[in-house]
Amino acid sequence: MVQTLAHTIHDGQANEDSSGLICMGLSKSYWGVPVLKGVDITLRPGTVIGLIGENGAGKSTTSSIIAGIVEANGGSMTIDGVPYEPTRPSDALKNGVALIHQEIRMVPELSVAENIFIGRLPRRRGVIDRNRINDEAREYLELVGSQTDPRRPVAGLSIAAQQEIEIARALSREPKYIIFDEPSASLGQSETQHVFAQIAALRQRGVGIVYISHRLEEIKEVADTIVCLRDGALVGNWPASEITKEEMVKAMVGRDFVFSHRAPQPATGEVALSVTGLSKAGVFAGIDFDVHRGEIFGFAGLVGAGRTEVVRTIAGADQADAGEIKVHGEVVQIRNPRSGIDAGIAMVPEDRKGQGLNLDRTGAENITLPWEKELSSAGIITKKKVTSTANKLRDFLDIRGRLDIPVGSLSGGNQQKVLLAKWLVNEPKVLILDEPTRGVDVGAKMTIYETIRALAETGVGVIVVSSELEEVLGLSHRVLVMSGGLQRAILDRADATPEAVMALALSNVPKESPLESPIDGEAEYQTTIRTQEN
Amino acid sequence: MAIIDRNVTPPRPDSSSAHDEVAPASAGSVNTNRFRRIMSQIPGPLIGLIVIFVALSFLSPYFLTPRNLLNILSQVSAVGVMSVGALLIILLGGIDLSVGSVLALSSMSMAAMYKMAGWPFEVALLAGLIVGALVGLINGILTAYGKLQPFIATLATMSAAAGLALFITNGNPITGFPDWFIAITATSILGVPIEGVILVAIFAIAAFWLKFRPSGRALYAIGGNEEVARLSGLPVRRAKILVYTIAGLLAAVAGLLVTSRLDSAQPTAGAADLLNVIAVVVIGGASLSGGSGSLLGTFVGLLIIGVLNNGMSLLNVSANLQPVVIGAVIAAAVLTDRKSSRRHT
Repeated sequence: MVQTLAHTIHDGQANEDSSGLICMGLSKSYWGVPVLKGVDITLRPGTVIGLIGENGAGKSTTSSIIAGIVEANGGSMTIDGVPYEPTRPSDALKNGVALIHQEIRMVPELSVAENIFIGRLPRRRGVIDRNRINDEAREYLELVGSQTDPRRPVAGLSIAAQQEIEIARALSREPKYIIFDEPSASLGQSETQHVFAQIAALRQRGVGIVYISHRLEEIKEVADTIVCLRDGALVGNWPASEITKEEMVKAMVGRDFVFSHRAPQPATGEVALSVTGLSKAGVFAGIDFDVHRGEIFGFAGLVGAGRTEVVRTIAGADQADAGEIKVHGEVVQIRNPRSGIDAGIAMVPEDRKGQGLNLDRTGAENITLPWEKELSSAGIITKKKVTSTANKLRDFLDIRGRLDIPVGSLSGGNQQKVLLAKWLVNEPKVLILDEPTRGVDVGAKMTIYETIRALAETGVGVIVVSSELEEVLGLSHRVLVMSGGLQRAILDRADATPEAVMALALSNVPKESPLESPIDGEAEYQTTIRTQEN
Repeated sequence: MAIIDRNVTPPRPDSSSAHDEVAPASAGSVNTNRFRRIMSQIPGPLIGLIVIFVALSFLSPYFLTPRNLLNILSQVSAVGVMSVGALLIILLGGIDLSVGSVLALSSMSMAAMYKMAGWPFEVALLAGLIVGALVGLINGILTAYGKLQPFIATLATMSAAAGLALFITNGNPITGFPDWFIAITATSILGVPIEGVILVAIFAIAAFWLKFRPSGRALYAIGGNEEVARLSGLPVRRAKILVYTIAGLLAAVAGLLVTSRLDSAQPTAGAADLLNVIAVVVIGGASLSGGSGSLLGTFVGLLIIGVLNNGMSLLNVSANLQPVVIGAVIAAAVLTDRKSSRRHT
């Protein structure tokens, strides 16, 4: 399809076939790491493309480039044959391209109408022409079937109602192309159907739509063609009617799993960490698992499934509402990060810059930060002690770069090693790693994997949370899969195929149910999985 | 320590492969970085101090006499004591607007308990210090547990403390204190006035705490990134409460020094000190966004303010113009500071 298109352009008969929004060879790298590698997408007027892919496959980058939020490093775009080079979102809007964000961005104190027309509020004698915006807003709201009064403030409206306003806002720009970035992530079944009705109506009016979603069932329902990205490259382009959900999953994860970082099965049956009935209202519920000494235990699931929230609670960064945590068989009360550390639970958080490291301080100071009391004698800690402690770990972790300069001037990989070193000053009983290789180059990644494995071999119970399926499956002895705040299954290494994990992670959560009645749903789910696999 | 001592070495991937190195920094630029960092920490203000010092030595024959220099130390003692507390709070990323009011309130409380309630002077003096610490404690609780922005919390206590100080005597000063108390600010040890000794001692103790004690070093971590500090197990709220309480206590100490010097407790004393205190800390190179600053820098900032004020008085610069000069110095200090300390990203 793309090739034929290229041909027609070269042949100079672009008139017919260049209609629509055409992206050719879009690429983008961040700090030298390519996240998008030459993606071609052709969006014709009046069609819907369903865009699928794993976390980090490049879906959001693609939509951000099309919507002018980020600039591509390579490639070109045309609209109806005219070059289209947006450098900021307003350029995109001028060209009739609108993006509906995954997260709803509203100013709660302003009225619905003001939110729809924010940034271009019409004025009459110097003040906002309220009658006009209210009337016009009402038209667009009716277009999306919303009954919301445009004069009321957004604060207090349901998420679904806000989603309608978001769509109305996009429509008020009279766009010719709309990108929906996971609009249904926050919607229930009936609301999603409503959004689909909107999309069908828009298509009728000749609007071209890109619909991004993790819910494969619904994407089949709404899209004409399905485009799949993996590792920043386009790996599939099918008519929606000709592809099954299983094939989609396979295309999303289908890579060669050459991975040699699995530690041998743990020798001991001793339990390092035991979690029972851990729940936090509205966030996650009914989390039960054991991690053995020497075991690497993976947490898989989509972003937003509740994985990070669960491990943060175990480490004491957040508070649980219910549940029991045992470390080496003893019940521990974890009220804050300090009590977690004292119980032997260390956590390498997912956000290195916001939660892990103080970038203006030196690497050595960062490493010893949690341990200054332990490292001081007679209440005094010296620079010498800090430096020598850090240097020992530098060798252990193969940190390349100086530890006496601000850690922010090290590369991402070395920063991550410093962060890991910080939690190895005292050997933890349980080590939690949340996205341990995010923003890290391949070489440092390997060192981190080897270190994780070496730590497990010394008897540490390790939890690895990762959005990279390859990473979590490659490292772990067992994998817990979450979706919608619930534990879907714990899979043994043999059963934890990418397809099985992805299917569980994508499992549709009925919006109303999960956190109220977790037990039934969960039991049911686990049974189905068993039968499926047998 | 177990992992290190056990000598477990994880197998290494081929290290000849393109491995990541220090991103932008070679050895040469590391040295420049460090040089810049040191430059931005202390010597920037220090150079300014030396320039002002030399200039004033030429401009006024009286400036460079030992008596005048010791006089400067006395003049800055109250502001100096408060600026120690202010630096600690600013390191945490906070601010304390209440110092001047707390100075007045503790001074008036002490005087009232001694002269009006008839308590023994030593007890009244202790009570004055406790009042200051209590207001600081309230600031700490409001910010740490009440989650009020420090600006707002201390704005509230500033107003309340100023009002209470006036309320005690309906705005009248209280005079007549024991001779030994007056003597604190009128005596010298080996030529150095006692208040100067107190000032330097407080700076030294606080500097030791910040440099060598884990709880003091924690202030840098908390001010640098509170969430990182919290997840590292540091007691963030306890540190905030402690530091605000210390700042309140130091404001009370400053109040006693002022009372001793004037032999009078004034309900409006210290009202003009707040801006000086913050100016000292800022000129000394601390960042109001927290996490960076040093007591050495603060001390230099204090001397700059003290020397400038003293010199301008000697040169008969109008008292109304002096704040204009101070304002210019603040702007200049922060502008040069920001230029020399580029953020690493």
